[in-house]
Amino acid sequence: MSEYSMHLLVCGGTSCKSRESDILAEKLRKELSKQGLDETVQVILTGCFGFCEKGPVMKVLPDNTYYTQVKPEDAEAIVEEHVVKGKRVERLLYKGFQKKQLRIALRNCGVIDPELIDEYITRDGYQALGEVLTKQTPEETIELMKASGLRGRGGAGFPAGLKWEFARRNEADQKYVVCNADEGDPGAFMDRSILEGDPHSVLEAMAIVGHCIGADMGYIYIRAEYPLAIERLKIAIGQAREYGLLGKDILGSGFNFDIDLKYGAGAFVCGEETALIHSMEGERGEPSLKPPFPAESGYMGKPTNVNNVETLANVPVIILKGADWFSSIGTESSKGTKVFALAGKINNVGLIEVPMGTTLREVIFEIGGGIRDGKKFKAVQTGGPSGGCLTEKHLDTPIDYENLVANGSMMGSGGMIVMDEDDCMVSIARFYLDFTVEESCGKCAPCRIGNKRLHELLERVCEGKGEESDLLRLRNLGEVIKDTSLCGLGQSSPNPVLSTMDNFYGEYLSHVADKKCPSGVCTDLLEYFIVEENCIGCTACARACPVGAISGERKELHLINQETCIKCGACLEKCKFDAVILK
Amino acid sequence: MKKITSLEDLHRMRDEKQREIQGRIKGTGDSENLVQVKVAMATCGIASGAKDTMEFMIGALEKRGVEAQVTQTGCMGYCYAEPTIEVTLPGKEAVVFGGVNLEKADEIIEKYIKGGELVDGIIPLNYETIDNKE
Repeated sequence: MSEYSMHLLVCGGTSCKSRESDILAEKLRKELSKQGLDETVQVILTGCFGFCEKGPVMKVLPDNTYYTQVKPEDAEAIVEEHVVKGKRVERLLYKGFQKKQLRIALRNCGVIDPELIDEYITRDGYQALGEVLTKQTPEETIELMKASGLRGRGGAGFPAGLKWEFARRNEADQKYVVCNADEGDPGAFMDRSILEGDPHSVLEAMAIVGHCIGADMGYIYIRAEYPLAIERLKIAIGQAREYGLLGKDILGSGFNFDIDLKYGAGAFVCGEETALIHSMEGERGEPSLKPPFPAESGYMGKPTNVNNVETLANVPVIILKGADWFSSIGTESSKGTKVFALAGKINNVGLIEVPMGTTLREVIFEIGGGIRDGKKFKAVQTGGPSGGCLTEKHLDTPIDYENLVANGSMMGSGGMIVMDEDDCMVSIARFYLDFTVEESCGKCAPCRIGNKRLHELLERVCEGKGEESDLLRLRNLGEVIKDTSLCGLGQSSPNPVLSTMDNFYGEYLSHVADKKCPSGVCTDLLEYFIVEENCIGCTACARACPVGAISGERKELHLINQETCIKCGACLEKCKFDAVILK
Repeated sequence: MKKITSLEDLHRMRDEKQREIQGRIKGTGDSENLVQVKVAMATCGIASGAKDTMEFMIGALEKRGVEAQVTQTGCMGYCYAEPTIEVTLPGKEAVVFGGVNLEKADEIIEKYIKGGELVDGIIPLNYETIDNKE
């Protein structure tokens, strides 16, 4: 075994590295060998500690000392004081190092083998179901859930316990529990990860809901595009049945419950619960007016309770640890944690879970490690195609359902896409509109026609054909679509447009008034230029130009006629001297 | 498989399995020197090559005579550092390594698993769990 008695773990994450943590590691090694300690103390570069704001960060093992904002010149002091004399370097010391993430819904993800039910059982799996079946009445369980403050993690944030209570109150000969695993937001993969990493937690929770509302059958509506999640769910259901944890007379309590899968064909609107239910019934995946709510008349006209995957994954822990424990985490109105899929122009793309009330700054700049390539943060999109963009001024807002809505976005299912200075907000809005136009089911006119027109307006703006009056039209049309659409899809589809207009009006204005795209994204608004210093007059560009827009003599500076140029980019491709630029 | 017919039954089973695992970790079980390797095998991990990493680990550990148990697990959350693996040496705390391609996997086996020497690419645990948060 190793001879090392001490380890110096230096953060080698992108953010710390850009502040010379790699040089620090090198200097530490040098200092150690000077002292003849390189055989007993090892320096290691690690991944991100998730504490980038105070970087570079390092940790000393075995005594678990954290040093922050360590510079290469501090290496000598650390080796001489801490390593040699065993005295901590006070000025660099960081006390109370707090981890920003707390994993509740993801508690077993990356910990257990999802294909082995025994591993789930060792982590208190199915204990909550046992407690509920043998020690609690359904009413007590519902009260506990209400007291915990758990709200729907699919986006809308409806209190889970209340939803169960409604379904319980409606008497019927048959009721159903449905798990909504139709995760459709671009860039979101929270539910997939839970189903792939911890399928039993969802099965257990569904059985608990079944007991609470009086249902003996549950369905998981899952997108067919999630083959691995489907595979692992099938294995999990099979194992639970073999152990008698699904099926007849579960744990000798007389309660029967079984689960089956239903596959979605990848239509975004089917994440809406009424559309989901119609799709399950074999009908067109179109939403219908509420009321009646699924709790009254859902699948096959029977009372049905629909919960999202992440909501369900929280349930067993809440039952075992209690409502007080859960409600002690989070903010006044939003309890517990939220899983986010962190993506976009960020260093640590990843799946994270933070207590409600964590700020966007902590998520993006600490856990996420900040913006890639040292660029400037511009906006973060939350809530997918229904959400909006939040900016610099929102960074210190604690994340919860109400705060995000108040700032023009929403929680949504948990996709978080970070944008930097190179992103054009008009194009981003158009991207999301592309998505909603494609995904609108077409049942109601505001969504079907309105979004199409909204998209056309945005196209005009991006192509430089827009006028200032179009901006007013965009806003008015957006508001009308929100007010008059049938379901959540249409009611929220203009949000990306409206929120970017609120926060980046100047950018819209540049597109229509100056016909410029400040971020250099909208190609129709860009022009090709020849840089005087780089052009050697080789004539390659002029020969490549299909419309003869480039003029100039051999060995002299060439010029592009903007009137004739069709912006094909052939000159840029041909030039070997970086003399052609796009701006 | 035997059916679990009561909550007591379930408790018993949990405790039994926990003891098995504890035994493995503390090295008091049947196989004292069992090294545990978990490979994050969610869709994203597999897409980044986790299957190759897992196959390599299984094959190489056996060939090099290291008594080890290699299992799959779900997403560890470090998308930027896939494939990710977690290695638990007997009697030691688990260590997570990121960006484990075959070359890195080889280094981990030779240096960390065989020699107990840490290698670059460790991912510090950056979250709390429900077990350690009261």
